[in-house]
Amino acid sequence: MITKLNHVSIFVLNQDSAYEFYVNKLGFKVHTDAPMGPGMRWLTVCPPEQPDLEITLMAIVDGMMFKDGAAEQMKDLVKKGTFGFGVFECNDLNATYEELKGKGVIFRKPPTKEFYGYEALFVDDSGNWFSLGQKNDN
Amino acid sequence: MAFWGIFQERSLGNSCNPKKRQFNNKVMAKNYPKIYLYKRIVQAKLFIDDHFNDDIDLNNIADEAYFSKFHFIRLFKKIYGHTPHQYLTKVRIENAKSFLQRDISVTETCFAVGFNSVSSFTGLFKKITLLTPSAYQLKIKNRQEQIKKIPFHFIPNCFLEQKAWSQKSNFEEVL
Repeated sequence: MITKLNHVSIFVLNQDSAYEFYVNKLGFKVHTDAPMGPGMRWLTVCPPEQPDLEITLMAIVDGMMFKDGAAEQMKDLVKKGTFGFGVFECNDLNATYEELKGKGVIFRKPPTKEFYGYEALFVDDSGNWFSLGQKNDN
Repeated sequence: MAFWGIFQERSLGNSCNPKKRQFNNKVMAKNYPKIYLYKRIVQAKLFIDDHFNDDIDLNNIADEAYFSKFHFIRLFKKIYGHTPHQYLTKVRIENAKSFLQRDISVTETCFAVGFNSVSSFTGLFKKITLLTPSAYQLKIKNRQEQIKKIPFHFIPNCFLEQKAWSQKSNFEEVL
């Protein structure tokens, strides 16, 4: 019986820049930051109140599951904003929107009342987008 | 103090007359758009994030704020899930963790994050993290050394069998 999701990957164009975005802008906590040799780094972060879900910030590099030019194709797709990797939650969307916008996070959609709830959409430094909703709003 | 400035509303004045102030509060609460309230609370939160190491006296906010102390605390708690005081403590402890991770001594960390007494810092740290600062520091140090020595132990096998990572042929065996 599967009980939990404990790792999930987000493909990023640059791990240093992703660190800056997820840790310094979103306020996520670094779980593991392990250099694995030249050009390889295992970097995982957790949302502040979810220490048991590690988000792996995976660099898109040749040879690691990407071959025959797949890495370049993947990078292009990420840059184009093809991928929406998830829905984050906060206590209060208006306040979180104000704070993140002030820190330079780009929003594709400001907080908006939709039929399914109150939602905003933001983009990370690579081009991945996320929905942001608020607690008890489902 | 800068923190109070966030809440000051000079255009309507901060009257010493409680009745007049109450009236002003009501007028403003009615006239200001909701988003403006959010901005003030967010600024207060960011102020704590930036000045956690200063001697912030959260109790004095009410005197300078255009909304009452209780209104402010209630809104802050609604938005962040903690009172300003609880949030300040949380930010200090989180920062203490990152100081300790960088091998800075417990005493130095205590004062660097805004606490005035090592014993109360240690007590609070233990209450929140269940470890004393020195035990936490030791635990992190050991983990960091382990990561350096055997990084593969910290990575789920599915991603990177040691062989796959080093030979750059990940996932082929599975496919």
